[in-house]
Amino acid sequence: MTISLAAEEVLHLGGFPVTNTLLTGFLVSAFLVIFSFLVIRRISLVPTGFQNIVELLIESFLDLVEKVSGSQKRRFFPFVATFFFFILFSNWTELLPGVGSLGFWREGQGEKVFIPFLRAATADLNTTLALALVSVAAVHILGFRELGVGKYLSKYFKNPLKEPMNAFVGLLELISEFAKIISFSFRLFGNIFAGEVLLIVVAFLAPLIAPLPFLGLEIFVGFIQALVFSLLTLVFLTMAVEEAH
Amino acid sequence: MDLQLLAAALAIGLGALGPGIGIGIIGGKAMEAIGRNPDAENQIRTNMFIGIAFAEAVAIYALVVALIIKFV
Repeated sequence: MTISLAAEEVLHLGGFPVTNTLLTGFLVSAFLVIFSFLVIRRISLVPTGFQNIVELLIESFLDLVEKVSGSQKRRFFPFVATFFFFILFSNWTELLPGVGSLGFWREGQGEKVFIPFLRAATADLNTTLALALVSVAAVHILGFRELGVGKYLSKYFKNPLKEPMNAFVGLLELISEFAKIISFSFRLFGNIFAGEVLLIVVAFLAPLIAPLPFLGLEIFVGFIQALVFSLLTLVFLTMAVEEAH
Repeated sequence: MDLQLLAAALAIGLGALGPGIGIGIIGGKAMEAIGRNPDAENQIRTNMFIGIAFAEAVAIYALVVALIIKFV
């Protein structure tokens, strides 16, 4: 039973190492694109059948976005929903049979190591770090565009002579922006990686009925983590465009 | 006495104390709120899950540190 924190490389594309998480990430993206394409192809104003279900999902998420951001829901919805659906399906990939179990053996440091072909994309710190960076960068870029450079920066840098307390708070908020990046990436990575390790260990110890409640837990955790990531991004986006009070 | 094993065990063991208590408090307050206002059950439940996810994240940080100590 090999558990590796870092994603393992499975192919080499002309000097570029392709890891199993990268592969899975591409597959999830391709799935989402093809799925959307298939739904859009025969779209009608009065929804029937499958389109009903998809509209239900999209509308319930839109309602959630509206509760948090109110009038700006149309503006933030595509961005936040993309995070939600990509992270959701990436998280749920760890539950599919074959992910983490189908692979090959490789000689490494004198002993054979098992390298799976597929591994959940969000179980790689690189993916979650990238998502966190995009999220935090988007919040700040939006803030700059909306309020103007000077006004947005005055949220963090205040004059220490006129208002010393607020200047200190502003500095803390600046540091907390970096803490957000770490927090976003580690929360998602930790939950999904720990979930994978949990599933491997339980399957190793008692393969027959015992994994069932843990699989249920992982379905739930995958959903909640996707929701938390998207909601937090939405909350920060909403806060970035409002005037300082 | 293998210090690495001890460190990993302590990291997750102590790291789960705070979040455990925190999640209990969040759950308890949510129960109280539902008792006072049963109509708002759905709203309360949704917000409770979000609160629990944040509290749990701290435990996950501890778990990641334990895993790094053990496997890296």
